[in-house]
Amino acid sequence: MTPSVLAGLVGAALVGLGLYGLILHPHPLRKLLAFNLIGSGVFLVFGIVARRGAAAGLRFDPVPQAMVITGIVVAFAASALAVALILRLSAETSRLTLDPEAWTKPDGKDAT
Amino acid sequence: MTLLSILDVELALLIVGVAIWTIAARDLFGAVVGYVAYGLLLAFVWIRLYAPDVALTEAAVGGGVTGVLLITAGKRLGALKNAVPDAQPRLAFKLLTAALAALVACAIGAAVLMLPDPPPSLAPDAAAAANGAGAGLGNPITAVLMSYRSFDTMLEKVVLILAVIGVWSVGTDKAWGGAPAPFRKAKSYPPMVFFAQFLAPVGVLIGIHLFWAGANAPGGAFQGGALLAAMWMVTMMARLVEPPPVDAQWLRLSLVAGPAVFLIAGLAGEIVAGSFFAYPPSLAKPIILLIEAFMVLSIAAALPMLVAGPPSERTDP
Repeated sequence: MTPSVLAGLVGAALVGLGLYGLILHPHPLRKLLAFNLIGSGVFLVFGIVARRGAAAGLRFDPVPQAMVITGIVVAFAASALAVALILRLSAETSRLTLDPEAWTKPDGKDAT
Repeated sequence: MTLLSILDVELALLIVGVAIWTIAARDLFGAVVGYVAYGLLLAFVWIRLYAPDVALTEAAVGGGVTGVLLITAGKRLGALKNAVPDAQPRLAFKLLTAALAALVACAIGAAVLMLPDPPPSLAPDAAAAANGAGAGLGNPITAVLMSYRSFDTMLEKVVLILAVIGVWSVGTDKAWGGAPAPFRKAKSYPPMVFFAQFLAPVGVLIGIHLFWAGANAPGGAFQGGALLAAMWMVTMMARLVEPPPVDAQWLRLSLVAGPAVFLIAGLAGEIVAGSFFAYPPSLAKPIILLIEAFMVLSIAAALPMLVAGPPSERTDP
């Protein structure tokens, strides 16, 4: 098994793990962490496309690699925005939940 | 099996193990520490894929800065009273989710094993770009980012600014124009101060070197800018400096400098070289380095502002 196939399979496993965490974790920041795991798995699969596309005297295809670099920075920017939204939401509601019905539930102290 | 392939398999198992830990860890802090370690391990895989530029970005942004972002967020959440998370889901739901996740992972794995052969490649085009319009750039990644796909790179800088605007907009009306909350509530802590004073000058030097070397060797504006951003954050964590107010003129100018210079150079290319984002061949390398220098400035300003969060209440009357 070549390193690139192995890395691609790791990427597939990471997407699966991230998806599991994203759906199951009740904590919004843990969901965000799991989502980043999915993202890096996708980057890794794209990375082996870059490795396989080696041509023209290069050991890799620079176009997908450059796009992954751009992608990592954009993923970080989106994560920072998500963190800001999560923090403001929980500061407003005093509850750490993404459940849209949480406002109306009887145990919600600040059901307005 | 050679030694290198054994190491590959071990690295793959380690990464999947650490990823399981970040999902399964009991508390947020443990999960974030796992994620930082995971980012650094992933950088090794990128090196094995002959992608040192991606490895540098993954280690700096994917592991480092995202880790700081999540730890800071966890601390701020911990400071909120009554912030109780929802209950854990039921077992049947867990099993169903696990089956779905396994299905998706297997589908992607199958796709990886069945990739077309011979693989499609844009490498010849990119190599032509490295020798053509981006003349004098030895690093094909930088040539792609700054010449072959320059429009993407410019828009990506715009995305960073949009994210900063988004984060700032989440603050309360009263706080507008104030500074973001400090990274640490506590007063300065002597070992942290020493660490910051020792590390920051070295880190700034390495950051500038990464940017400068990026024209010909692995490195570039992203990696250098991310390192400078990290150094600014280290000094803010040691409380040697405080986050600047969001209406500071110098801050806003440095945020827009990168995309603005990039756009001006692109428009000038329309007049001088005949097409949008084309550089005159004799001046290509100096122009690209000029644009990259301003991009480093914008990245170094934007990343810490994204981590610092929205402005908090004004302290001055």
